[in-house]
Amino acid sequence: MATFTTRQTSSTQGHDMTETAHEAHGVETFADATLAGERELPPTPDAVMECEGVNVYYGDFRAVTNVSLGFGRNEITALIGPSGCGKSTLLRSLNRMNDLIEGARVEGLVSFHGQHIYARDVDPIEVRRRIGMVFQKPNPFPKSIYDNVAYGPRVTGMKVDSMDDLVEEALTRAALWDEVKDKLKQSAYGLSGGQQQRLCIARTIAVRPEIILMDEPCSALDPIATSRIEDLMTELSDDYTIIIVTHNMQQAARVADRTAFFTALAEEGTGDRTGLLVEYDLTSNIFSSPQDKRTEDYISGRFG
Amino acid sequence: MTSIGDLAGKPLRAERHGDRSFTSVAFLAALWFTVAFAVLCLAVLLVDAFLDGAVRLDARLFTEYTSQVLPERAGARAAILGSAWVIAVTAALAIPLGVAAGVYLEEFADGNRWYNRLIEVNITNLAAVPAIVYGMLTAGFALSIGLERRVVLAGGIALALLILPVIIIATREAVRAVPVEIRQGSLALGATPLQTVWRQTLPSAVPGIATGSILALSRAFGEAAPLLLLGGLVFVNYDPDGLMSGFTTLPIQIFSWASQPQLAFQQVASAAIILMLVLLLVMNALAILIRNRYQKRW
Repeated sequence: MATFTTRQTSSTQGHDMTETAHEAHGVETFADATLAGERELPPTPDAVMECEGVNVYYGDFRAVTNVSLGFGRNEITALIGPSGCGKSTLLRSLNRMNDLIEGARVEGLVSFHGQHIYARDVDPIEVRRRIGMVFQKPNPFPKSIYDNVAYGPRVTGMKVDSMDDLVEEALTRAALWDEVKDKLKQSAYGLSGGQQQRLCIARTIAVRPEIILMDEPCSALDPIATSRIEDLMTELSDDYTIIIVTHNMQQAARVADRTAFFTALAEEGTGDRTGLLVEYDLTSNIFSSPQDKRTEDYISGRFG
Repeated sequence: MTSIGDLAGKPLRAERHGDRSFTSVAFLAALWFTVAFAVLCLAVLLVDAFLDGAVRLDARLFTEYTSQVLPERAGARAAILGSAWVIAVTAALAIPLGVAAGVYLEEFADGNRWYNRLIEVNITNLAAVPAIVYGMLTAGFALSIGLERRVVLAGGIALALLILPVIIIATREAVRAVPVEIRQGSLALGATPLQTVWRQTLPSAVPGIATGSILALSRAFGEAAPLLLLGGLVFVNYDPDGLMSGFTTLPIQIFSWASQPQLAFQQVASAAIILMLVLLLVMNALAILIRNRYQKRW
């Protein structure tokens, strides 16, 4: 336990720093942004979820090749890389959402608390209840705000003393309660994009998952809404393990404890581009002293 | 080559007057003529029916049974009630079956299996099968299970078979229009596929299903052929009182009256045609109303 690093938690500060980082076009400035903080992290993650030799196929096409990494308990892990590097595919295979895509197949071991989630006797419904997911585009149900949050507990048959309390708690945790407490019965479609995305997060945490997967949760949002979601992620990581796919490197630098960099490589023979993991480390290391040339090129903006 | 600089100075005034050439105008005139012709034919039919039937558009049309000796007193009471019975049975049979089949094909069936593809092709083709074939099919079916073929239940079965493909297709389209993100959101919370269909997909598809079903029922309402083939009764002077009751419907009654020589029968037939058109208009208006009111904009 020699190296400890820290995560910076104030996002306003983070914003300022990223803007400076932009102008100063320095790899080091990203690292600076993650230095001032409070949280201490072990050098290797205390993994709650692990991938070992994972390959994901769509029919004959191999989208992800031989990925092995562990996701630390109550940490935020960012998956970054250029388009087509398989990061979203990998994310969706972590709670078996890939099952819904025709022809999708996962090889290798994906374990959650040591259980292989693709084992024959595993119920994908239960996997998805324990490992929630927030999507790229806010996708509230065409129901009231209240019913959106109450939907998960209702369908999963959660024992709930008071649904009202549960809804309030989830909305409070998602930093949305104050904005919607007077209009719980109104349609979720009346909310702004950022509010809708926070509602989707509230909906996810209402079923009390252990892990929350986020697939580019801010890519459809404006900078202010993005900043609120980032703050929220940092708060939620006290209780939840968060795995986020992002196209935005500054976002990874701001919120993630660890970052995994993927790239797309043309496979020998077929020429199909397949995704593979290049480097996985503490975010501060990835952005300050990347070990792989490809990581360095990507984060310094030379490709991707 | 024209550069941006060259184009920038050009006036925006139209040079070729493409829409005013002789062929364009002639084509437009031909289009207008066909539309006008269709509308005119319909208008003539309506006016003719109204002129003939106006004298019989009275309360007796609704309250009296038909009569062979006194055409001036004949009414469509039995036919109106018969139509209501048959359409109710048709709806009760066709809507649950059609919606279930549509949801299965769209949400659960593996589209790559040959038998599912076969079913799909067949349903599409069935929607184009002439109505009388369904009458023959039902007559054969009724005979084989010993069901009297002149009763409300047999009529309802024939019309339900007739509109089943239409309801299946309408359901599939309505279900397909529900965004995949809604299903994914539901499944990602730990809902089962069945819960997702039942609580998200189906409720969101209800307006589309309702519109399609009402239009299908209005088609069934106007059908006479399959019912005539079942030996639909043309002279009924009692109220149908159950599934095993004999019946007549408005189209059959109109067919029967219109084939009589007396003027008074022609008049009551015209009055019944007007009544039927009004009812069809109400049903179609209802379908449009539901569509506009509950249409979801995602």
